Amino acid sequence: MKIKIEKTSFPSKTKSLTVTLFSVITALLTAAAIFQFYGVNPLSAYEKILYGAFGTPYAWSETIVKTIPLLLCSIGLGVAFKAVIWNIGAEGQLLIGAITATCVALNFPNLPSISLLPLMFISGFIGGAVWGLIPGFLKAEFEADEIITTLMLNYIAENLLKYLVYGPWKGSEEWGFPYTNKFSVSAQLPRIPNTRIHYPTLLIGLILTVLLYILMTKTKLGYEIRVVGESREASKYAGINFKKIILIVMIISGGLAGLAGVGEVAGIHHRLKVGISPGYGYTAIIIAWLGKLNPLGILIASVLFGGLMVGGDMIQVSLGLPFSVINMFNGLILFFVVSGEFLMRYKIKIKR
Amino acid sequence: MRRRNEFKEMNENIYSEVTVEMKGITKTFTGVVANYKVDFKAEAGKIHAVLGENGAGKTTLMNILYGIYQPDEGEIFVKGRRVKLKSPRDAINLGIGMVHQHFMLIPPHSVAENIVLGLKGSSFFYPAEKIKKKLLEISSKYGLEINPDAKVWQLSVGEQQRVEILKTLFRGSDILILDEPTSVLTPPETKNLFKTLKKMADEGKTIIFITHKLEEVMNVSDEVTVLREGKVVFTSETSKTNKKELAKEMVGREILFNSELGNGKFVKDRVSLEVEKISVLNDKGLLALKNVSFTVSEGEILGVAGVAGNGQKELVEAITGLRKVLKGKIKILGKDLTNKSPREIHGIGVSHIPEERVKTGIVPNLSVMENVVLRDYYHPPFSNGFFLNWKFIRAYTQNLVDQYRILTPNLNTPVKLLSGGNIQRIILAREISRHPKLIIASHPTYGLDIAATEHIHKLLREQKGKGAAVLLVSEDLDEIMSLSDRVIVLFRGEIIGEFKASEAKIEEIGLMMAGVKG
Repeated sequence: MKIKIEKTSFPSKTKSLTVTLFSVITALLTAAAIFQFYGVNPLSAYEKILYGAFGTPYAWSETIVKTIPLLLCSIGLGVAFKAVIWNIGAEGQLLIGAITATCVALNFPNLPSISLLPLMFISGFIGGAVWGLIPGFLKAEFEADEIITTLMLNYIAENLLKYLVYGPWKGSEEWGFPYTNKFSVSAQLPRIPNTRIHYPTLLIGLILTVLLYILMTKTKLGYEIRVVGESREASKYAGINFKKIILIVMIISGGLAGLAGVGEVAGIHHRLKVGISPGYGYTAIIIAWLGKLNPLGILIASVLFGGLMVGGDMIQVSLGLPFSVINMFNGLILFFVVSGEFLMRYKIKIKR
Repeated sequence: MRRRNEFKEMNENIYSEVTVEMKGITKTFTGVVANYKVDFKAEAGKIHAVLGENGAGKTTLMNILYGIYQPDEGEIFVKGRRVKLKSPRDAINLGIGMVHQHFMLIPPHSVAENIVLGLKGSSFFYPAEKIKKKLLEISSKYGLEINPDAKVWQLSVGEQQRVEILKTLFRGSDILILDEPTSVLTPPETKNLFKTLKKMADEGKTIIFITHKLEEVMNVSDEVTVLREGKVVFTSETSKTNKKELAKEMVGREILFNSELGNGKFVKDRVSLEVEKISVLNDKGLLALKNVSFTVSEGEILGVAGVAGNGQKELVEAITGLRKVLKGKIKILGKDLTNKSPREIHGIGVSHIPEERVKTGIVPNLSVMENVVLRDYYHPPFSNGFFLNWKFIRAYTQNLVDQYRILTPNLNTPVKLLSGGNIQRIILAREISRHPKLIIASHPTYGLDIAATEHIHKLLREQKGKGAAVLLVSEDLDEIMSLSDRVIVLFRGEIIGEFKASEAKIEEIGLMMAGVKG
């Protein structure tokens, strides 16, 4: 028996979809083996995850809560990845967005909601965008590898946040916990009653999904982003200023991650503290790929991963599994999706 | 000594023996028939030309022989044995070597590293160092000069091809396939290559070369097979046929040769492009052009002859705004456009047909529509400044596709799926449809078949007739001589000679390209 790899002519849309689906199923099967190893029946584990994520109205509401930041981060990353700018820094951009929004909330607690909340979103967007612009500028001007710079800036953002909540912003009413004071009511996002769904952020996410879809397919800028991503040489020839495109793309993806950060502090925690993001910015990288960088695909993938996070919490409690099982899950899915991309361009023939 | 005798014996045994036989080869790609019941034979000690238009299936057939594709039907015999070639490795093991038209080199690596890559029995430590001596021996034996330490990205197209040829020679292949090997060579280099090929054939090797140049078939081959639309339409000993017959078989109709068409007239006093003492650096940071000055007038075609890597690429990039000019001035239509952006230069009416059409001229993964507007998408009526006007773009593209006979399944097809000739037609359609005042054409017919070449020459002549100035950079001297009004020769970044095309001799220009001043 011999295994050989052959280049295929070109993947069709249906094939591309089938391959992605197959990749996810393979990831689930592999994870099942690991559950088995832990002595947990994989079927019941998946049932619990599914139930925990989508089985009850409460489960659904929690899934949507997780979907909001994932969606905002991943549609932004989708734009960056289209331009072949490997922004790995959504996590840091999210945290900076949370920090700048907190700064506004703590300094203007008495402003009415109608002006304070928009102000927080704007400052969050700007914060995330600036955090994205730093590596963007370094790449455009000095060709610094953005994978490294965006990743490193995540740690800087994380430690900046720690410094703030342990130091200058440490809340006077928080019994020494590393929290800021609770936001004034006008700095808290409204929620759908009896849930934690801060619907303004959800709406912003959905609207931006549609807007980005239009941006990428119908506009001049979207065309320029795609040309830059496909061929740097051709973009120069076309007269596209690709330095400008790098900066714009980093503003969009950083800013959107920043908005996700605003949602977390203003909608969920109502304060800044350590651990406001369980790695949303990293998971968003996987979502962007799973969604094939297509806004609709990303929306679906965001809900799935939101559910996976909630369902993961569930099995952690009910089956006594470590939470890192979910990280392993995410890792498996990325691994298989990337392998699937490979299988789409090449076919493997097995001959006897 | 014993080895040599053995070789001689073997040599005599296989001489005039069929080493490659392909029977009834059929290959389809998602519905497109590339080869249909093709029979092909090549003998040891002979040079076999495979002639045909782009898309005729010559490269596919050879890729099957090299194990890159597997035929849907048919049998392959190599050296008398029926074989299944499952990959190039199988082909290499059988002594088959191939020099592709699109080079398969790794740009950041050195010449020696590229050659040692995948080489059987190469040393684990410093493999590239260990082969240098042998590499230099082979390269001097066959007159293929190369610096083993140079990085491939720094080499010109012509030099890269030398590396590809050396790669197969290095592996000691006795069946050698060359895909359009002379496209980037100068006449003296081509002569040398042919000498090399003849030498190899005399040693008992089987040489198969794919080409669309009739001249070469007549000059160097012993046998010729003509493919058209995937089928073999003609096979003959070369000595028993002629150019006219081959051209007819290949295209399926009579062809007018360039020499049968005259050169038009031009207005001499209206200068369109004025290059004044420019100096330009290359990618390595060395001076690629030194104080170069020339002018091109309205309705004039100025040919730039020279071996690849003598400053042509840098000259074209400097004029079109893709490369910084260190010193000197470039005036277009009387305006100083030195170091202006490509968009500004394009906007004033300068079209650019780039040297590397797939890398620079198009975006392979984007559609025909998206590529047609690559240079103009940003202004009305293609865009209102924010949104693109897809409806207009679709109609505009359809119009160009019809007018320039671009063969594409539909307007949404990614251009990477089209043939080289059709890709070049898209670029020409885009660049010429805007009624340019100045056309910078860099290797416009490189690697294209007769019909596409004829079409492109016709388009350039038409533009000249309409008063456009044309700067034609090419390594195909026949092309330069038949299209240009004047010719300048670039050597090591300087203009070494200037002729009126009607008074120039090809031999003289050939010598100048090699640096011999007239």
